[in-house]
Amino acid sequence: MSPQTRAVENWTLQPLTNFVREASARLVLVLTPSGQVLAQSGFSRAVDVMSAAALAAAIVASTSELARQLRQQPFAALSHQGPKTGFFLATFVTDRGTLAVLAVYDLDVSSLGLVQLFYEQLAADLKAASPKGAVPKQVLAADFERELTDSLNTLFGR
Amino acid sequence: MSRGGALDMITRVRGVRGAMLVSAEDGLVVAEQLMEGIKGGAVAALAASLAGRLRRAMEAAGTGASVFWHLQAEQGALLVVPGNEAQGSLLVVAVTEPDVNIGLVRLELLRAAETVL
Repeated sequence: MSPQTRAVENWTLQPLTNFVREASARLVLVLTPSGQVLAQSGFSRAVDVMSAAALAAAIVASTSELARQLRQQPFAALSHQGPKTGFFLATFVTDRGTLAVLAVYDLDVSSLGLVQLFYEQLAADLKAASPKGAVPKQVLAADFERELTDSLNTLFGR
Repeated sequence: MSRGGALDMITRVRGVRGAMLVSAEDGLVVAEQLMEGIKGGAVAALAASLAGRLRRAMEAAGTGASVFWHLQAEQGALLVVPGNEAQGSLLVVAVTEPDVNIGLVRLELLRAAETVL
């Protein structure tokens, strides 16, 4: 198992580890649409996780709103590709609620096709592994900072 | 000839289970004619991934670019003609039975590459 892959909610760990290995993704976040990170792979600094999660949540929110205004279902996936690096952002529904996956990959070791292919497996594995009948815990504003610190400590093995 | 027509010529060869045009950079399907049960997305991702690694390895080995490759598996084979970058980095891919006439499929793949790429 990659030492760089860590999870706040343990049921996400094995599917994420498999995805990172098979898709050769450099960075991956599994998060809720509100930006709460459930698992990460490849990040070395907490501030990067926080930034990436906030930006991914913002993209999910804005594309969801765009879809709503167009009277469409929320967009399933979004991909951006630069000369050397690409990123892939997609959402899916589990018993834990809607989750988002953000994957960053290098074009010399992976491709959008590979990431999409193994993302489908990741989504299926996470759906199967998600706690059944679980009600997502509400994070109150008063507890937000402590929850965030606890999550980041877990994600970086502190 | 259209892309569909070029793929049609490949799939007419006995033992060919499908033919595809694949974006070498993305590993995504551009056009396909596949028998039921063949996962086009998976084949495209595999072909593009192999093509990329093979290209880099061949460059490092100083052998020049590949013009055709054949991956034999237990239950079939993958045959690929890669286009060059001027041709938009497309791959012409055939998925075949294990006992297909490789020479004939290769000929049709090269013809399709000339036509389409």
